[in-house]
Amino acid sequence: MSALSVVTAGHGLLAAGTDVGTIPVPSISYAAIAPILIVLGAACVGVLFEAFVPRGQRFVAQVVLTIAALVAALLDVIAIRGHSVVTASRALSIDPATLYLQGTILVMAILSVLLLAERSVDSGSSIVAQAAVVVGSPADRRLATSERVQTEVFPLALFAVGGMLVFPAANNLLLMFVALEVLSLPLYLMAGLSRRRRLLSQEAAIKYFLLGAFASAFFLYGLALLYGYANSVNLADILTAQNTSTQSDVLLYLGFGLLIVGLLFKAGIAPFHSWTPDVYQGSPTPVTAFMAACTKIAAFGAILRVLYVGFSISAWNWRPIIWVVAIASIVVGSVFGLTQTDVKRILAYSSIAHAGFILIGVISLDKAGLAAILFYLAAYGFTTIAAFGLVTLVRDSNGESTHLSQWSGLARRSPLFAATFTFLLLALAGIPLTSGFIGKFVVFKAAYHLAGPLVVIALIGSAVAAFFYLRIVVMMFFAEPPEDGPSVTIPSAVTTVAITVGTVGTLVLGVFPQPLLDLANNAAKLRG
Amino acid sequence: MNSAQGIQTLAWLLVVVPAASGGLLLLLGKRSDRWGHLLGALVPVALFVYVVALFFSVRSETGEARERNLHLFSWVPVGGFKVDVGFLVDPLSLTFCLLITGVGSLIHIYAVGYMNHDPGRRRFFAYFNIFIAAMLLLVLANGYLVLYVGWEGVGLASYLLISYYYTRPSAATAAKKAFIANRVGDVGLSVAIMLMFAYLGSTDFAGVLPNVGKLSAGATTAIALMLLLGACGKSGQFPLQTWLPDAMEGPTPVSALIHAATMVTAGVYLIARSAPIFNATQAGRTVVVIIGAITLLYGCVCAFGQDDLKKVLAYSTVSQIGYMFLAVGLGNGVYAIGILHLVGHGFFKAALFLSAGSVMHAMNDRIDMRRFGGLARVMPVTYLVFVCGYLAIIGFPFATGYFTKDKIIEAAFDKGGTSGWLLGIVALLGAGLTAFYMTRALVMTFHGKRRWEDDVHPHEAPASMTIPMSILAVLSLVGGGLLVLSGNLQHWLTPSVGEPIEAGAHTINPNVLLALTLVVIGFGVLGAYVTFGRNRDTIPITQPAGSPITVAARRNLYADAFNESVLMRPGQWLVRALVFFDNRGIDGAVNSTAAAFGGGSARLRRMQTGFVRSYALSMLAGAAAILAVLLAVRFN
Repeated sequence: MSALSVVTAGHGLLAAGTDVGTIPVPSISYAAIAPILIVLGAACVGVLFEAFVPRGQRFVAQVVLTIAALVAALLDVIAIRGHSVVTASRALSIDPATLYLQGTILVMAILSVLLLAERSVDSGSSIVAQAAVVVGSPADRRLATSERVQTEVFPLALFAVGGMLVFPAANNLLLMFVALEVLSLPLYLMAGLSRRRRLLSQEAAIKYFLLGAFASAFFLYGLALLYGYANSVNLADILTAQNTSTQSDVLLYLGFGLLIVGLLFKAGIAPFHSWTPDVYQGSPTPVTAFMAACTKIAAFGAILRVLYVGFSISAWNWRPIIWVVAIASIVVGSVFGLTQTDVKRILAYSSIAHAGFILIGVISLDKAGLAAILFYLAAYGFTTIAAFGLVTLVRDSNGESTHLSQWSGLARRSPLFAATFTFLLLALAGIPLTSGFIGKFVVFKAAYHLAGPLVVIALIGSAVAAFFYLRIVVMMFFAEPPEDGPSVTIPSAVTTVAITVGTVGTLVLGVFPQPLLDLANNAAKLRG
Repeated sequence: MNSAQGIQTLAWLLVVVPAASGGLLLLLGKRSDRWGHLLGALVPVALFVYVVALFFSVRSETGEARERNLHLFSWVPVGGFKVDVGFLVDPLSLTFCLLITGVGSLIHIYAVGYMNHDPGRRRFFAYFNIFIAAMLLLVLANGYLVLYVGWEGVGLASYLLISYYYTRPSAATAAKKAFIANRVGDVGLSVAIMLMFAYLGSTDFAGVLPNVGKLSAGATTAIALMLLLGACGKSGQFPLQTWLPDAMEGPTPVSALIHAATMVTAGVYLIARSAPIFNATQAGRTVVVIIGAITLLYGCVCAFGQDDLKKVLAYSTVSQIGYMFLAVGLGNGVYAIGILHLVGHGFFKAALFLSAGSVMHAMNDRIDMRRFGGLARVMPVTYLVFVCGYLAIIGFPFATGYFTKDKIIEAAFDKGGTSGWLLGIVALLGAGLTAFYMTRALVMTFHGKRRWEDDVHPHEAPASMTIPMSILAVLSLVGGGLLVLSGNLQHWLTPSVGEPIEAGAHTINPNVLLALTLVVIGFGVLGAYVTFGRNRDTIPITQPAGSPITVAARRNLYADAFNESVLMRPGQWLVRALVFFDNRGIDGAVNSTAAAFGGGSARLRRMQTGFVRSYALSMLAGAAAILAVLLAVRFN
């Protein structure tokens, strides 16, 4: 009897299932999401490579697969430029801004993968040969100098890129959450894969994971509250509900606040930045470059979509928040950066300050602000990848030397290195004829009429930050080199290409920014 | 204004090609040592060919159509703020392009021979090409902002080349001195650009120059004076002149190209280009002529106290640029005469410097005229080149200076009134003094007994040096005549700087003035002959005590002493006092901003503990704050 009732209950469930089946199958524009599918598909193939390709050929196979997939996805994004569709039952919005961001993410991802593929600078690669070996054990010491490499990092990177491509396109908060997790989980792992200083790296990975989980919880809680308010997780519906909903708008505000915390965390904006310096310092430097460029672009893409599409009519409510966190970010980035002694940490604080500058562009909530942010993200991506790429080259017998004191007098050992790094630091400081100046200029210009004082604070912040950039320059050029200081390794072609592209991009966008400004201006269209 | 067409649209190559070649030589490093100098010398020659073609394409037009605007790209097109990068190809900029690439080619070729034994020859050519790029950018720019980029670029190239022998402390100091003096001038230029932007909302020539009338008299004068400060810095004019003689620490081709023929004349270019601004302000023009007059006398007096051949030529450059300033300061209608003298000076001063370089080359890099003497027999070509330059600079009949400098003297008298007489007499006196010190240099270097040190064995320079020298020598003899008589440079320049005004009534009849000038020059030569020529065999090899005037001239009229005691020492004291104050500020309390940020940062840094629990707590606090703000907005 009881068994029967179970069956009946089961049957009832099945029947209910059939009823649900009346929901029409959503139509999906495969053309529009092809870049995402290419990257995720290639990631799955990469996993199969791990299983079936012989160890000796795996590295080359994975690099070729990864680069080919990213380039193919980039070409596809270029091919479908100008598309504007909302597809997959309004969950994905492939509009010009999304395509611009996806293109930028793919370019930066290609450059980061080139850095990851470097094998001649460190024995094997910058990635640990076998992550599961206990740190400090004899096996670990043997592995540090072995030629073995762990190639799982390439499929992991592809999965992360797949998540990043979906993140700014997600028009549905649930999908956005899934994308957030898809991009974050591989990054947590990648942060812990450093070949040298493994304890620091593993600590960074754990911190990033714990805090990331914490931030995801905020996001999810906010999502739930917003669903309670609007009865939908779709951004366009949430926007409509702000005019029509009968629910208390306390739900809306709390939901929005918690949601935005989760996003600000990913973008590394104060006061949710505390993971940034530790994780940037501990991760393998190519992974840091990947995070600093690609994650930042994707996170800002999602922030832009949430604010522009979902909450544009309640702008006066959330503008104070943006004011506060932008100021906090600029102050934290530039003031904390002053006393740092590690180059990677300095670049981390610099990224916090830059996130604050970018956020200023959101204030105006108009097309000019959106275009300015799109330009800034691309400009910053080039500069930061080249800068981290150069950091990988300064080494002694213990691996990378990132302490500032070890960098003193580097200009004597390698004038070209010092000159290039100086140029990139000037770009980060925002000196004219670099992309950093144009980026700051367009963002400040877009926000000035609404947030004059904020722009003034940002300018003061830039001036303070210029101090610690120039300190590195002074160290490199005017200090005596230490006795047994590090040397600048000559990298193989892959790193050279990545650094060159990043540096030339920084220069060209500074002298000749009009084409990209036009492109960003045409792409400044978000569709809900 | 017409836009560029045909080969004019390729004018951007003039900047890109030398910049690329300079960058390439620097990037390739030692790998390009074997062929670097050839590439470096080929570039200006190729550019010269292109500029000649460009010249004919513009010449085929008439009048205003000779001004061609080449829009390249918008640098920052944001909202109402728009800075365009573009070139202006017009008679004035073309004249400069021809001078820069023409004389530049000859000096590049000369340098191949001159730097033959120098291990850093490739680096030298890289900097030299970068200079060409920056200088062409300066003269081709169609707005003040782009001009400023070129302006700073030539300053950088000049700095790098003065300190080319950077292991010599004197060269390093000279480079710093040049850099600082230029910095003072550059601030002036940048303030002028800011004023233009503030008052007129534009920095393009097309946006500024036609709208000068809209400015108040005060604003016009302020802009003019700030431009003049910039011009004085770059062109070594009073009171920023002291860096130019020291700049001779660089290799001689640098002195010839940068510190005689082209870069130091950029100030004259700036004023001529800004003619509408200076036309609109009587006060501004007055200051320009006063500075020109002071500098031209100053240069002459200092030059006759020098024993270093290159320094004599350097002070002579200071003085000749003073003539050009005098001309462009006379205003409407006389600008073209200033440019005329500039081009002529480019020829003969380059010839003189290259000749001096050849002497140095032969004398193991010694440059003290007291240890020269009797070189005419040993180095006949060099001697002849020097004589041609000498005839041109003193204004010997039918040599270049005769046509160009005399016109300035005439224009100064024609200004009329007391000021006209005063300026005219100064210019005339300058001509006499020029003849005096140049004769002295000629006699001490090439005539008289040999006063060489034991280890030198002078010889004539190789062909790669003598051929460019000879071409320049011919140009210094006939160039002025060609420019004035056949080509009518003045009419060619009309679209850029305005119609030349032929004064109806001359203060002094031109023919009388010409005779008078020749008499003054003759007295100068005679004076030098009496003092040095007759005693040419008994010139002491160490500096004699000399009269107070000679001592003052040797010490460049105490300009360096003045700068050191009035500007440098107090500046150093100020810096020391500030450092002291700053240190005290940091030690004591939060007295200075730097201390506040530094100390604040050190204290705040403790917040970054490394404990993930405190990070999470800070995130929680942040989230709570955000929610509190949102709810506060909601319930307000």
